[in-house]
Amino acid sequence: MALNKEQIAQRIAKELQNGFYVNLGIGIPTLVANYIPEGVNVVLQSENGLLGMGPFPFEGEEDADLINAGKQTITTLPGSAFFDSAMSFGMIRAGKVDLTVLGAMEVADNGDIANWKIPGKMVKGMGGAMDLVAAAKNIIVAMQHTNPKGESKLLPKCSLPLTGVKCVKKVVTDLGVFDITTDGFRCLEYAPGVTIDEIKAKTAGRLVIADDVKEMVF
Amino acid sequence: MNKVVANADEAIKGIESGMTLMLGGFGLCGIPENCIAALVRKGVNNLTCISNNAGVDDFGIGLMLQQKQVKKMISSYVGENAEFERQLLSGELEVELIPQGTLATRCMASGYGMPAVYLLAGVGTEVAEGKEVRNFNGKDYLLEYAFDSDFAIVKAWKGDAQGNLIYKDTARNFNPMMAMAGKITIAEVEELVPVGELHPNEIHTPGIYVHRIFQGKDYEKRIEQRTTRKK
Repeated sequence: MALNKEQIAQRIAKELQNGFYVNLGIGIPTLVANYIPEGVNVVLQSENGLLGMGPFPFEGEEDADLINAGKQTITTLPGSAFFDSAMSFGMIRAGKVDLTVLGAMEVADNGDIANWKIPGKMVKGMGGAMDLVAAAKNIIVAMQHTNPKGESKLLPKCSLPLTGVKCVKKVVTDLGVFDITTDGFRCLEYAPGVTIDEIKAKTAGRLVIADDVKEMVF
Repeated sequence: MNKVVANADEAIKGIESGMTLMLGGFGLCGIPENCIAALVRKGVNNLTCISNNAGVDDFGIGLMLQQKQVKKMISSYVGENAEFERQLLSGELEVELIPQGTLATRCMASGYGMPAVYLLAGVGTEVAEGKEVRNFNGKDYLLEYAFDSDFAIVKAWKGDAQGNLIYKDTARNFNPMMAMAGKITIAEVEELVPVGELHPNEIHTPGIYVHRIFQGKDYEKRIEQRTTRKK
């Protein structure tokens, strides 16, 4: 069975290491916060100006002045810090954020990513995505392996306008976990019940299967 | 030194059609609600607005879009606005999309007196088209220019007659660097306090950057995405 969105988030959460400063994008990446492993302390960065993002507020305690980058009401935690947008992207640019998790429309086997614009459709903007992918030390993409038409989103070359070049380090899809290497996508794990043949059939970019490839464990 | 003006209408004196304005805020958080309402009342048009977002249909910069006051938006994300989309597709409105960190830093550069900066975001993408690329330590960067604006309009939590400002929580966002960047900077505050009440250690924007300040009123502070958990 291919993974659902929660399971993709749960798998990515295993990549978090103690002491990491982490920026989670909108969509599946946001869900990663629900699965931070016990004993692992991370600080979540919200690029609109907060380190130490806490959970959603209790009903009735929402504060219009306290939101995340998805414009959702949130809370702070002990040790949180506020700052302005220039400093926020300054810390991102200077490589202080250890891990960025974001969604994508397409990823190429050299690490290029496209996630902000579809020609012919209304363009909403790149927000902070281009800054994040250009600078983060470690970028994990969370996405479905194929688009709604069933076409591979893991490509030899992105067909959509790029958000960043050669920046993605790892991709976690509903089918498996893939490192970006000089040989292309390297399949490290497959989702329970998913076959290597299915992964091969649905991956358009260069694909190598790790010798020690294994089934994902939750 | 007293920079206090009576209200938003007085604060926006001198803003004329065709000018370039910076407007603080992220989404609807920390936006200068009073000044936006005053700009709508004044009816100036052909404005170029530098602001991270363009409001929603019936609030924020969306109110100015409804009155067709905006000629061009310079933003990083304009997603939540149907009227914006209509005007863009019909060619009535120009939009320049800029990576959010680049937008913030181009404001910052202006406030720090730097004509331009080299930034990473957008290298190898269409954002880089026509821009000077320079390699530092093996990495390519784009030359990005400081913004030039006639007025900057910001919203703060507390302020005093000297123009010193303190922002609240994530309503800080773009306000401090825009406050620094305006040729003329207007600050609207929720609480205008006597000089001396704000502790010098806690001031985010020193008054030197602020030209006009007033006590705002009737803040709606709308929430775009109300998300909660159960007790």
